[in-house]
Amino acid sequence: MGFANWEIVIGLETHAQLNTASKIFSGASTAFGAAPNTQACAVDIALPGVLPVLNRGAVERAIRFGLAVGGKIAPRSIFARKNYFYPDLPKGYQISQFELPVVSGGGLAIRVSSGDTASEKYVHLTRAHLEEDAGKSLHEDFHGKSGIDLNRAGTPLLEIVSEPDMRSAEEAVAYAKALHALVRWIDICDGNMQEGSFRCDANVSVRRKGSDVLGTRREIKNLNSFRFLQQAIDYEARWQIETLEDGGRIHQATVLFDPATGQTRAMRSKEEAHDYRYFPDPDLLPLEIPAAWIEKVKAGMPELPEAMKARFERDCGLSAYDAGTLTASRETAAFFEKTLALAGAANAKACANWIMGELAARLNREEKDIAEAPVNPSQLAGLVARIADGTISGKIAKEVFDALWNGQGKDADSVIEAKGLRQISDTGALEKIIDEVLAANPKSVEEFRAGKEKAFNALVGQAMKATRGKGNPQQVNELLRKKLGA
Amino acid sequence: MSLSLDQVQRIADLARIELASGEAEQTRDQLNGIFGLIEEMQAANTAGVEPMAHAQDVAQRLREDRAVETDRHADFQKVAPEVEAGLYLVPKVIE
Repeated sequence: MGFANWEIVIGLETHAQLNTASKIFSGASTAFGAAPNTQACAVDIALPGVLPVLNRGAVERAIRFGLAVGGKIAPRSIFARKNYFYPDLPKGYQISQFELPVVSGGGLAIRVSSGDTASEKYVHLTRAHLEEDAGKSLHEDFHGKSGIDLNRAGTPLLEIVSEPDMRSAEEAVAYAKALHALVRWIDICDGNMQEGSFRCDANVSVRRKGSDVLGTRREIKNLNSFRFLQQAIDYEARWQIETLEDGGRIHQATVLFDPATGQTRAMRSKEEAHDYRYFPDPDLLPLEIPAAWIEKVKAGMPELPEAMKARFERDCGLSAYDAGTLTASRETAAFFEKTLALAGAANAKACANWIMGELAARLNREEKDIAEAPVNPSQLAGLVARIADGTISGKIAKEVFDALWNGQGKDADSVIEAKGLRQISDTGALEKIIDEVLAANPKSVEEFRAGKEKAFNALVGQAMKATRGKGNPQQVNELLRKKLGA
Repeated sequence: MSLSLDQVQRIADLARIELASGEAEQTRDQLNGIFGLIEEMQAANTAGVEPMAHAQDVAQRLREDRAVETDRHADFQKVAPEVEAGLYLVPKVIE
């Protein structure tokens, strides 16, 4: 198999449900999980005579997105009908945008790590347009029939279309994750993938390395997890390469990914099902977005992750990697900023390490979000301050963190006090302990004098043990060397 | 431009319209009549005229983002052919 001779080309179409209170063209609620059809009004179920009226909130979210990705926000865009028949689309068409989308261009930076190295890449966006979601078909057994729930019908979507800039499943996943973080950061989508708030279609094609002609693509529909996205693209690319190497041809098709088998397979739809016959929707007038509105939205935008990352590198002296990790989500960034404000800029690196290390590991283990972390920024800042001023060692700090995590104490100081964890920095006290250790370990002392450096480490270990971990490690080290005359 | 019978049949299929025998020819002639009309209009000089997205040259009015509709599914479902557990039932549709 000559996979190395092939280049994989991927573009993503992402549907982000906008977190408005009401639907894009009606006043029905968009809340998830309501009883079937209780949130589908006359407009959503397409009763005759109803008319769509565009939701200002949906347009505003599209503007936020356009500003966040540096795209062009169309002063004038139009809605079109995308015609197809399916029972969960009661009008017989989906209102979408075709010729003039609300956002065009822009892009976002992604970070892809392979092994120990991470590289940055900029993925260009083609466009982002507003449209309505369809209802849901339930195929459980209703006496051989399908059940239709139209609660989701009319939920506002922003369809975000990337250029075919990605060259591996890893890049596609990195892009999807960056986009997912961004829509949550600017608060236009809740990003809940289990509930279908954020779903991706992947256009995959392959071509021989060195070729600048795109191969025929197949579109993998409705991938609602990053893992499925990765698996589906890996499988599809391998399948296309093998097909071509065996002398076969790729036919343009829509395919589904089956998580159970890890395979993709073509849908049986007839080709003509994809003739959508777009035309401007006569029920909707052109959408005009005056510059003043864009300015107003811009004024209310939060600092964007890229800008915040640059600020962390510049002002806090963090590495690009650390700054990138801390700005991966708005919640993590906020946690870091609050901790930093209390712990002081001099402790920026320590704050970053605790958040990305101990805190992240525990959250991960207990499957918690940072918003639910039992240790809050003020507690963490207190802990970092006590390490910085020498009250406790880094090792003891883990014990204090543990206690705070388990709710044993309101802050680091009270835990240190209650458990008697204060570091022993008193030279007199330490000397006494070290003398005892030296007396009790003549063999190690002898070995060290004979030139075995390992024996010194053993003595340090014994001394730290004798202080029950509370000795100031640096001081213990120095005193030991002094006493051994080294 | 004029349509062939095959094209008329395909348009009918896409629109889920059944054409009885003889209707296809009649429909083709009617559609071709419309195309003739369009051809005539295309003779007009439209250089410098910006295309309109809508016959009424005004902008879309926007609605504030508030959920104001109440649950009326019981009323709506009275006219549905078949309903179960709040769902509309339709012939099985699955890929």
